[in-house]
Amino acid sequence: MDLSAEVCLKIYTDMWRIRLFEEEADRQTNLGNVVGTLHMYCGEEAVATGVCANLRDDDYVLGTHRSHGHCLAKGAKSDRMMAELWGKATGTCKGKGGSMHVADFSLNMLGANGIVGAGIGPTTGTALASKLRGTDQVSVCFFGDGAAARGTFHEAIAMGSLWTLPVVYVCENNGYQQWVPRENVAVVDSVADMAASYSIPGVSVDGQDVVEVYEAAGEAVKRAREGGGPTLLEARTYRFYGHSLGDEQQYRSSEEVDEWKENRDPIKLLAQFMRDRDWLSEKQDQTIQAEANAEINAATRFAEESPWPSADEVATDVVAPIQEVA
Amino acid sequence: MKTMAFNEALREGLHEEMARDDSIFVIGEDVITHGGPYKVTEGVAERFPGRIFETPIAEAGIVGVGVGAALAGMRPVVELMYLDFVTCAMDEVVNQAAKMRYMSGGQGSVPMVIRLPCGVGRLLAAQHSQIMESWFMHVPGLQVVVPSTPADAKGLFKSAIRSPDPVMFFEYKRIYTSKGEVPDGEHLVPIGLADIKREGEDATIIAVGPMVEKSLEAAITLEDDGYDVEVVDPRSLSPLDTDTICSSVRKTGRAIVCGEDSAFAGAVSEIAAMIGENCFHDLKAPVARVGSPHVPMPFSAELVKHVVPSSESVVSAVQAVMN
Ligand SMILES: Cc1ncc(C[n+]2csc(CCOP(=O)(O)OP(=O)(O)O)c2C)c(N)n1
Ligand SMILES: [Mg+2]
Repeated sequence: MDLSAEVCLKIYTDMWRIRLFEEEADRQTNLGNVVGTLHMYCGEEAVATGVCANLRDDDYVLGTHRSHGHCLAKGAKSDRMMAELWGKATGTCKGKGGSMHVADFSLNMLGANGIVGAGIGPTTGTALASKLRGTDQVSVCFFGDGAAARGTFHEAIAMGSLWTLPVVYVCENNGYQQWVPRENVAVVDSVADMAASYSIPGVSVDGQDVVEVYEAAGEAVKRAREGGGPTLLEARTYRFYGHSLGDEQQYRSSEEVDEWKENRDPIKLLAQFMRDRDWLSEKQDQTIQAEANAEINAATRFAEESPWPSADEVATDVVAPIQEVA
Repeated sequence: MKTMAFNEALREGLHEEMARDDSIFVIGEDVITHGGPYKVTEGVAERFPGRIFETPIAEAGIVGVGVGAALAGMRPVVELMYLDFVTCAMDEVVNQAAKMRYMSGGQGSVPMVIRLPCGVGRLLAAQHSQIMESWFMHVPGLQVVVPSTPADAKGLFKSAIRSPDPVMFFEYKRIYTSKGEVPDGEHLVPIGLADIKREGEDATIIAVGPMVEKSLEAAITLEDDGYDVEVVDPRSLSPLDTDTICSSVRKTGRAIVCGEDSAFAGAVSEIAAMIGENCFHDLKAPVARVGSPHVPMPFSAELVKHVVPSSESVVSAVQAVMN
């Protein structure tokens, strides 16, 4: 599963798209345009991009409350996502979901999720569906280290293993569960170690190093696609922002955050990796960033110019319009 | 017409639907080895190998897997061993299955049936006898279906399996073995359509689940008093067929709403409020409710009979409304 220059460039571009999308969403929050809250993914971009670079369009992805990165890496359009964050009619979910429920079913990105640990069972279900249909689609579930404490983690992974389902359980271990450091509330340091309980492989990688993520995810996706069953893949990572907007972050020092931003930024690390191999010139780098910037600015314009949902939308999409018996 | 038991009607409906549509599969505890606690899934493993999954004891996992499979285009028929255990999977039902269509702006939906054996059967006390219809009526996005006869059980179950949205399918344990006639051939009962189980002029009994049978018995007793009562079976509590209920009440001018669950904040209360709101000027007496008192289900048979409403309680309620 060696990472080619071409794949690297795609990943690098996506990382910038995610970073700039979120920084813009944060800016739009301060302007009062994006409302509600945001769970920023900045700092964790290597996980979503490294995993999704191994996926096909028809593979399933389910996410978390922190899923802007998962959606963009799966191919979702930044303009429709931004419109969703504004609550506009043109949003991916017509403004009915918002940041915590962004979804693009046309890409089999079946949604972020506001409930911690709630995606693990459904992803096991999409994998079961693929197995029943005899397709070779793979399902990927992203979840945080906090989610690994929930019963859903245990219940779903046990079934994924029991039925040898084509699924990769990706734990983004960023060391914090809202405002609590993981070590205060968890007895197992590495979530990957928990895989042994389900007789599936548990793999832990440096989640800031997209090369490691890509390669480990590649193995896991291949295993799933070839009928080998689930893998629990843990990516050790870090979020640069607070848990959600307005978090004063008294539970960690600014030195710690600065250290990660300075030396462990996945974008910088990948840029260095590519430069070392002459895969990224200064000029290319500038172009990539400029294009990503233009895309995100266009996304904001799209959101701004889009109409608000009409009042009759309140009562649509509750159940199917015609309760016909086929 | 064939005569069969309630659970046989469900089983026949399940087999017919599974033969018709490959995307249907069964998932639940003990569903293969034992055919489910009420034998509804018996024979499925033999006839449809690979389309029935016997799970570990993991209700959140089971319903969660159902949600995902349904989002991916399958039609899971989920069996919970007892309705009571749905509390272990409330997130999956309420936050996931029910809201997916809405939160995704109509992109996704969860065509899943959750079968819920409920109420008093054998005496199993408070953690194995609940009903809880109103909990799910309260959640937009869920359909709540409560058949009272084998024919309705089969017809509604088949419609539930074909529904594009999640259905909470209530199966009262006590009537699994009760027999009734089921039409031959393809028999579908649309969700959201009430059924007038007996016509009458003097009062309308709206009866849910096993209260239908008890109300029909009560109606015969009430003939001796010279009362001719109508019995309406809503069959689905959400959506609720308000038209059929209201036109019956407008005709008779009296309404007695009966269910086995606690009347307090129960299904009967919503129906009573709806009648009050829509039929006030046609009512000759206040709307009455018959349900269980607001207590956990006791164990002792001596206590249970003070909790679960009987046909005598329906008779007294009608007499009170008539006077
Ligand atoms: C079931 C549930 N409990 C609590 C919350 C509130 N909550 C939202 S995110 C979060 C922390 C989750 O931590 P983790 O899974 O590690 O993900 P991270 O935020 O670190 O990405 C909490 C407690 C919730 N949304 N759902
Ligand atoms: Mg975390």
